[in-house]
Amino acid sequence: MKEKVENLLNEAKEKLNNANSLKEVMDLKVLYLGKKGPVNELTTHLKELSSEEKKEFGKSLNNLKTTLSSLFEEKIKYYEEKELNEKLTSEQIDITLPGVHVPIGVPNILEKLIEEVEEVFLSMGYDVVDGPEIEEDKFNFELLNIPKGHPARDAQDTFYLEGEEILLRSQTSPVQIRTMLENGGTTPVRMICPGKTYRRDADDATHSHQFMQIEGLLVDKNISLSDLKGTFDVIVKKLFGESCETRFRPSYYQFTEPSVETDISCFVCKGKGCSLCKNTGWITVSGAGMVHPNVLRNCGYDPSVWSGFAFGFGAERLAMLKYGITDIRTFYQMDLREIEAFNRKDVD
Amino acid sequence: MISLNWVRDYVDIEKEDLHELAVKITKAGVNVEAVLDKHISHLVIGKIVECLPHSNSDHLHVCQVDVGSEVVQIVCGAPNARVGIKVIVALPGAVLPGNFEIKAGSIRGEESNGMLCALFELGVEEKTEENYAKGIHEVEESIEVGSDANVYLGTEDVLYELDVHKHRNNDCYYHIGFAYEIACILNKKVTLPDIGHKEILENVNDFIHISVETDKCPYYLAKCVRNVVIKESPAFIKKRLISAGMRPINNVVDISNYVMLEFGQPLHFFDKDALGDTIVVRNAKNDERIETLDHVERVLNEKDLVITDGSQPVCIAGVMGGLTTEVENTTKTILIESAIFDAVSIRNTASRLNLKSEASIRYGKGLNYEYTKMAIERACHLLEQYADASVLCGVVQHDKVEKDEKVVTFTTEEVNSLLGITLTNLDVKTELQRLDFPYEEKENSFVVTIPRRRLDIDANVNDIAEEIGRLYGYHNLVSTLPRVLIRRGEYKGDVKIRKEISKMLRSLGLNECKTYTLTSPEMASHFCYDEKESMVLPNPMSVDKSVIRTSILPSLLNVYDYNKARNVKDIFLYEIGKTYDKEYNEEAKVALLIKGNYMVNEWQQVFVKADFYLLKGLVSSLLDYLGFKNRYSFVKEEILDLHPGMSAAILLDRQKIGVIGRVHPSLKKEEVYVCEFSMKVLYDAKIKPIKFKEASKYPEIVKDVAFVVSNEIDSEMIKNVIRRNGKRILDDVEVFDLYPNISLGKKSIAYKLVFKDSTRTLEEEEVMGVFYGIIEAVTKEFGAELRDK
Repeated sequence: MKEKVENLLNEAKEKLNNANSLKEVMDLKVLYLGKKGPVNELTTHLKELSSEEKKEFGKSLNNLKTTLSSLFEEKIKYYEEKELNEKLTSEQIDITLPGVHVPIGVPNILEKLIEEVEEVFLSMGYDVVDGPEIEEDKFNFELLNIPKGHPARDAQDTFYLEGEEILLRSQTSPVQIRTMLENGGTTPVRMICPGKTYRRDADDATHSHQFMQIEGLLVDKNISLSDLKGTFDVIVKKLFGESCETRFRPSYYQFTEPSVETDISCFVCKGKGCSLCKNTGWITVSGAGMVHPNVLRNCGYDPSVWSGFAFGFGAERLAMLKYGITDIRTFYQMDLREIEAFNRKDVD
Repeated sequence: MISLNWVRDYVDIEKEDLHELAVKITKAGVNVEAVLDKHISHLVIGKIVECLPHSNSDHLHVCQVDVGSEVVQIVCGAPNARVGIKVIVALPGAVLPGNFEIKAGSIRGEESNGMLCALFELGVEEKTEENYAKGIHEVEESIEVGSDANVYLGTEDVLYELDVHKHRNNDCYYHIGFAYEIACILNKKVTLPDIGHKEILENVNDFIHISVETDKCPYYLAKCVRNVVIKESPAFIKKRLISAGMRPINNVVDISNYVMLEFGQPLHFFDKDALGDTIVVRNAKNDERIETLDHVERVLNEKDLVITDGSQPVCIAGVMGGLTTEVENTTKTILIESAIFDAVSIRNTASRLNLKSEASIRYGKGLNYEYTKMAIERACHLLEQYADASVLCGVVQHDKVEKDEKVVTFTTEEVNSLLGITLTNLDVKTELQRLDFPYEEKENSFVVTIPRRRLDIDANVNDIAEEIGRLYGYHNLVSTLPRVLIRRGEYKGDVKIRKEISKMLRSLGLNECKTYTLTSPEMASHFCYDEKESMVLPNPMSVDKSVIRTSILPSLLNVYDYNKARNVKDIFLYEIGKTYDKEYNEEAKVALLIKGNYMVNEWQQVFVKADFYLLKGLVSSLLDYLGFKNRYSFVKEEILDLHPGMSAAILLDRQKIGVIGRVHPSLKKEEVYVCEFSMKVLYDAKIKPIKFKEASKYPEIVKDVAFVVSNEIDSEMIKNVIRRNGKRILDDVEVFDLYPNISLGKKSIAYKLVFKDSTRTLEEEEVMGVFYGIIEAVTKEFGAELRDK
């Protein structure tokens, strides 16, 4: 009996060694371990044995089964892996061929910049407000402390549509006026109003009859010029980097008093002096100031209770500085070859 | 241009470094754009006392030059060097223009301690062959040896070129005003110039009568001088006028300009004998004419102000004098006018006649009546001194000028809180003294009278805070953040949906444009699909920017053309912008333009090309994203400027919101597809909140069917009939195959029908029943046949 078992094992081993494919192995497995196979056949002889022999033979029979099973499994696994590997090899592709071009849309450069500014101001509690581009004189000028006859509103500056009453807004400040009037002199205001503006300038590399302003306004209690400076620090650091510093210089606007012009430290030369900052180390980026008491009063805010600051950036100027653009028409011509570079996120 | 030598007359700046002073002035708010300093140190007047030929040269001279303190040896090559002439000597240490430093040394073995100069070497003349040939400059005998040659050359002055903000160009563009600015920065006092003069007994009022018949001349003063001798001005007046950028003419004209540059008050001198004895200030008559000093006949209108002799205009007030009363070399008697005219009126007239002058600009900014008065006295003083004039006593005057003082009461606390600083009452007092603003202290507050020279300052605490702040120095402010409530900022109104649309369109691969609101009439004549009338500017800058657009599409086509001309092949654009019609109705619109390949991989033969269906898909994705799924549709419609067979209206909730289609081949031969729709409608339309819907646990049954129908039948028509007959178990239906022209005039169109019920498993029999019902209905409605029976 023992001999039979041994022979069987050797025979199977030999056949297995000669098997050349997964299929042959599978067939052998069925042949030996199947219901009608020799192993099962040996089991039927068990009942013919004494209990002593039964015990011994049963044990060796079990051993045979396990040994065979694991031999087959091993071989099957080997061939499965081999076949898979062959399949994978045959499926190999040239991964250096180009991928499908999936388009990424580009934001307009001005909008990209405006969105960055908005993000900062939204986080500081400023609303983003829009307003009409065709405006009434009173919102664009009069309530802003620019009475009729003031040089700032000479006909060569503004596109008037109807006498001196209706115009294409020459600044986004009327949105501030509208917002203050809506708040009726009773609630604080915190808003920015990026938008298109129009002036009678002939278009060239540095002038555009249509341009974008980013103006902002904060009206509350106990607001100071130093608060404006702190607010500026936040925004310029975001736009031009942490090392960017702010400087105020006295200036003049009808709707603010005191008024300042804001310089930022030159981010190219870090203050050493270069062509961008004309060797001064500083670049002018904004006009700002404390809201003029007349303007507060015009919009229903009592200047003895309320104070605030207003500021305005030129979106084109900021974008030109930030990205090194030298021709203002770049923003409106939309040369797709040039603006393609903007289809990605910027450094944080 | 401000001459610092001139300013020196009024404020002490002897010890100041003028470059540093310029920085201080700029920091305090008046922008000194450039400091022009032509001064050359170690430059003296010398006299050649010996001149021998150089032993080692055929053209050099060895000169002994007396420079006052000593006699120095200088080697000189100029042919005109000779004994006895006075010359300009640059001594060792002098730095000539071009950064050329003079050093002591030797030339061909002879010691040389300086250089004898030609004018071009000092930057006073240009370096031309002619000037080179003149050799060294020979100085007049009267000039003292050893004296500073800069004084002789006029290079001793330092000039400030100012770029002043509008509000300060009133007081900072004349020397006394600027002296006040320097005085407050340096904490010094201003000394006003001498206006004293003798007067003869005759009174000007006996010789001239004035009447003012307009409210645009609140203040008019006239004085008269006799026996005037017209000649050259003294050197100091000439030099200063040149420094300030004006050309000296003669003593009388120069004095009027000189006083204007001192006090900011323009004067006008009439030849009194030519004028007569009457002055009437009035509005001009329409079409009234005057020949001005420049020999041009000017046509006036009733908005202009004129000075007349009672009948004829003799001067366009504040703008330019008339030829008939011009001061000439023979003039003996002068009537001096010092007046204030309405600033707006002067500005308008000067700009209409294109006659902007130093005078009209100053009138146009408004004047201080105190200086109007002082200026006329100062002119008399100078005419007496330098034109031998006798001044008649009295002043002819018209005086309706506003004389109310601007007084402001404030506390230190108010100033501190506006600026965010911590001044004491004592600090504020110091600042007010520096500003030379008269003040009184009342209890805890200050009562300040604003000096009239500061027309820019209004009587409120903000204006005072600004003056104090700029002296305090804005660079000294410490940054703080406003102490306000913490809140989240929001996009107001339609800004939010604009941002969302923009972000989605960018994600879908479209590039955002920003184009001009103002377009040409030609552009505005296209894509007028919503039949709005355009607003045409009454006074445009140019024809190509004369109409306010009602559609963005023509502008996008411009961007398309621009890029196409630069060989860009795949062009995918969008723009969101406001449009306006003639009644100023605003409508924000979204416009898209596509052309070329959207998605490509050439070697794989993957080409997603821009066509109607791509654009339709892009718009659908956007509308789906915005929450309008199943609420919009595309309905065939012929639209102006779009291909009649490839255009449609876009409907939302059955309302037309825009158009879509291929640009009409007569406009663009290439296949360019555009669409435009109202953003306003999308903003106004309400959407439902997102709700979770569990996926059905029961299987779906899919049936395909292909119909052969006439070519004119649109897929959507059949789809609607299928839907209508779906009996609640038809979950979805979509076209999956199309064979155009399968037989004459017919196409085959195949639909995939998905049946589903979320509450139970459908029976095949039930589905088939509905399916056959659908087939029957479609067959009946469209005369359709099944493709595979």
